[in-house]
Amino acid sequence: MSFSKYLLQRLLYAFLVLIAISFLIFMIVQLPRGDAVDRIVNARQAQGDIITEEEEAALRAQYGLDKPIYVQYLIWATQFARGNMGHSMLGIPVSKLIDERIAATVMLSVISLIATYAIAVPIGIYSATNQYSLGDYFWTFVGFIGLATPNFLLALILLFLFHKFFGLSIGGLYSPGVEEQPWSLAKALDLLNHLWIPIIVIVTAHTAGTIRTMRATLLDELGQQYVITARAKGVRYRRLLFKYPVRLALNPVVNSIGYILPRLISGQTIVAIVLNLPTLGPLLFSALLAEDVELAASILMIQSILAVIGVILGDVILSLYDPRIRMEKGVT
Amino acid sequence: MTFDLLLEVKDLHTYFELEEGTLKAVNGLSFAIKKNRTLGIVGESGCGKSVTAQSIMRIIPRKNSRLRGQILLHHDSGAVDIAQLDEDGDQMRDLRGREIAMIFQEPMTAFSPVHTVGNQIMEALFVHGETDKRAARERTITLLDEVGIPAPERRIDDYPFQLSGGMRQRSMIAMAIILNPRLLIADEPTTALDVTIQAQILRLMKRLQRENGMAIMFITHDLGVIANMADDVAVMYLGKIVEYGAARQIFKDPKHPYTKGLMRSIPKFGATEGVHLATIKGTVPVPLDPPDACPFASRCSEFIPGRCDAAMPEAVTVAPGHSVNCVLYE
Amino acid sequence: MSTQSDEVGGAVPATGLSNMEERYYIASQQQLIWRRFKRHRLALISGLVLIIMYFLAFTYEFWSPYRAVTQHQGFVNTPPTPIHFFDSEGNFIGPFVYGLKYELNLDTFERVYTEDPDVIHRIRFFTRGEPYRFWGRWDMDLHFFDAGEGKVFLLGADGLGRDVLSRILAASRISLTIGLVGVFLSFFLGATLGGISGYYGGAVDILIMRVTEILSAIPQIPLWIALAAIVPIDWPVERTYFAITIILSTMTWTGLARAVRAKLLEMREHDYIVAAKIAGASDIRIIYEHLLPGYISFLIVNITIAIPGMILGETALSFLGLGIRPPAVSWGTLLEGAQNISNVALYPWLLTPALFVIATVLLFNFVGDGLRDAADPYKEL
Repeated sequence: MSFSKYLLQRLLYAFLVLIAISFLIFMIVQLPRGDAVDRIVNARQAQGDIITEEEEAALRAQYGLDKPIYVQYLIWATQFARGNMGHSMLGIPVSKLIDERIAATVMLSVISLIATYAIAVPIGIYSATNQYSLGDYFWTFVGFIGLATPNFLLALILLFLFHKFFGLSIGGLYSPGVEEQPWSLAKALDLLNHLWIPIIVIVTAHTAGTIRTMRATLLDELGQQYVITARAKGVRYRRLLFKYPVRLALNPVVNSIGYILPRLISGQTIVAIVLNLPTLGPLLFSALLAEDVELAASILMIQSILAVIGVILGDVILSLYDPRIRMEKGVT
Repeated sequence: MTFDLLLEVKDLHTYFELEEGTLKAVNGLSFAIKKNRTLGIVGESGCGKSVTAQSIMRIIPRKNSRLRGQILLHHDSGAVDIAQLDEDGDQMRDLRGREIAMIFQEPMTAFSPVHTVGNQIMEALFVHGETDKRAARERTITLLDEVGIPAPERRIDDYPFQLSGGMRQRSMIAMAIILNPRLLIADEPTTALDVTIQAQILRLMKRLQRENGMAIMFITHDLGVIANMADDVAVMYLGKIVEYGAARQIFKDPKHPYTKGLMRSIPKFGATEGVHLATIKGTVPVPLDPPDACPFASRCSEFIPGRCDAAMPEAVTVAPGHSVNCVLYE
Repeated sequence: MSTQSDEVGGAVPATGLSNMEERYYIASQQQLIWRRFKRHRLALISGLVLIIMYFLAFTYEFWSPYRAVTQHQGFVNTPPTPIHFFDSEGNFIGPFVYGLKYELNLDTFERVYTEDPDVIHRIRFFTRGEPYRFWGRWDMDLHFFDAGEGKVFLLGADGLGRDVLSRILAASRISLTIGLVGVFLSFFLGATLGGISGYYGGAVDILIMRVTEILSAIPQIPLWIALAAIVPIDWPVERTYFAITIILSTMTWTGLARAVRAKLLEMREHDYIVAAKIAGASDIRIIYEHLLPGYISFLIVNITIAIPGMILGETALSFLGLGIRPPAVSWGTLLEGAQNISNVALYPWLLTPALFVIATVLLFNFVGDGLRDAADPYKEL
């Protein structure tokens, strides 16, 4: 089987999974809340308007809500697939509301992923090669705390500390007023200046987990026969360390991309709410609270798509990285 | 052929400091290896054979080890005491691979699974000063051909898991001899292989020895292989040599009760049906803080209370070049 | 490093079987696991602390000086009350608190509390205090401690003058139990469905596995939020509690089902199971003697590891206002009040529930690690 064929199969399967997910999301978000017409009628009645039965029926027909559920689902799903996500209750097209936020979500997830590995891998290597040293104990301790602290609490605690000791407000991705400006160096710097706090908050738990994985597998690999073989050839220890055991210990770490990426997308939701980040999470939250059904369903759907893409990406990267898996999948 | 001394090991001790006590894996070992000759080291698993090899290479994987004694590597210009070198130092690293090379028991785990065999074979060249990548590749292909791997120009880019067990062992031999080392240490090189492959590998090693004129230290528990390969034999038990001599002498006229026991436990072709193969009772004990006595005392059928457990017997020469450490011959 | 041998002859073996080793060989698997777990001192201590925490949660009405909802007028946002042992002249009079005076800071309009050295309230133990209904059933008024006529807020008071310690204790009942209940629910689901999947195989297996794949492909927290947002606001506490539990379980049972299935398939192939079959052991015997012991320790380990995720899930949902709702309290609802950061900066004790959450998760992680090591049958004693 060639790699492109494998990838194609993988994508096809992901597509089927996403169809099933879209149905679930439709059932969860759309159905329990009555339909849009009820809400419109309620809203207008609250304003003192009087709505006749005929008007209501007309509205219902207009929104397609007089049809059976599966027809409604099909209408919603095909519209979504065409990129037409309907209108938010704010009257703005959903796609317009979320385009920017998708970009911010993806950016935040990818940077967080890179940051996770950039921090965790060196520390894991250090801890494994200096087992039971003071530094090893220190990082083990930090790792335990990091794993135990949910990221939104960490966000809260950091917010508090920065406010208390520096008088700083660290929410958001930009300083007030900067977000609307066109892209410039100043805007980019402002973004970088704000970005590191949410990144730290988002990556802490995964970093702690990755350090533990890296340390444990590297310790395993250091005891392998091929390390002795390489030493017997006269290879310098540092060169040997990075060429063989580190390379092999990175396997499970690379493998975790497909697991961490979806979790980053999911996990940043509450952090984003606490830190007021312009990502999908806070919008989903407010949409759900406002019963803005089309918006909420679209966001959930997009988050699911991102998560599924993350899993596939992880698989592809791993098969490029590990020749054993590469051969299995016929990449040549 | 010259029989000059190549390696001399004198009173070698390798201890591991464990929580439970001192594990004396190698406990006062002396032997010599001559150029162009093969020394076979025999013993059951756990007797310290592999630790001896690792001590000579200075690649003992555990940090809590202690090394004492002399390991003299002779040159025309003099001798280096390997035991005195820094195991991570440049001098020791320079000896590894170039002067002394090693092949291991398990060819699968001895190779990194994510690097091509070619990459791992030529690494020794680069480590020891080769810079021309194409030359290194050509040398590797020639060598793979020499050790009997078909289509070497393709195989060189294979990963270990794509090769058969025999192929992997051939590749490992290629990896070890690529710099024409003067001493090749083979630690159970055929144990993990099928019998037919075993014979091929042994033949290959003999041929390479003839062509390159290297000395081989052959470690195994398999007396059949030793009979086939070795010029001299050292029988090891619990970190000590209990009998030493030319292979012929040892096989014809074993002296030590342990050697005799080993010989008796070899199945013989055409042996009478219904006669049980002899075994040595018990298993090799763990040499944790062992008493200063004959190490085989606890299992010996000719154990003499008050003598065997009193002190380590001295080596007794029973014939020219044939010595045994046993009170029976004192 | 083992030296077992039953045929060591007349001579003295270098090492023989000590009594301890002998007991090791005949101990049952449960005994072995327990013995290995006990060697994990950190895990053992963590386990004990957790047991104490659960005990406190089940009897919080007694330990807390006040009811969680009582608003103490004149004590809005009081900082933690210091406990004194010596009066202003240096005389020892045992634990006591001073009365509080406050004045309004005219710049910030915040109350500034000061201790009144003339008013001394001794801490009393096992006292009759505020009446409460234990477990919502029995009328009682026995409290572990209070300050008599004075007020004692060991962890301060919130913006409505409620005692933070009493609220944290009360909240622990929901926060600590929701993890247990949720885990058992998802384990029931996961173990049953995963077991069916692994046992029957075929079409059932494929169906169940596809469902778990689809569910686990949806980002967990957004789905939790979406599901929790459906729960009607006017539901009574108990019903909300169970709704939240079910929501938390929807996402966690899938991983478990897959693990159970994989474990079953793996165990079925084990040499010792095959050996038992060849030796003529009956299916029931195989299940009880060989499969179940390995399986139960596997389940216990996984349960312990899954609990913190549940606790965090509830905290997150309640924190967002989508989980447990007032007047019921959980650690998450207490933290909801800490969302206003300028408020927290002035009254940092409002963040203390976060410490309880982190500590609980940490303790569960320690116990889980210890159990995982202990349940590994190939680990050296």
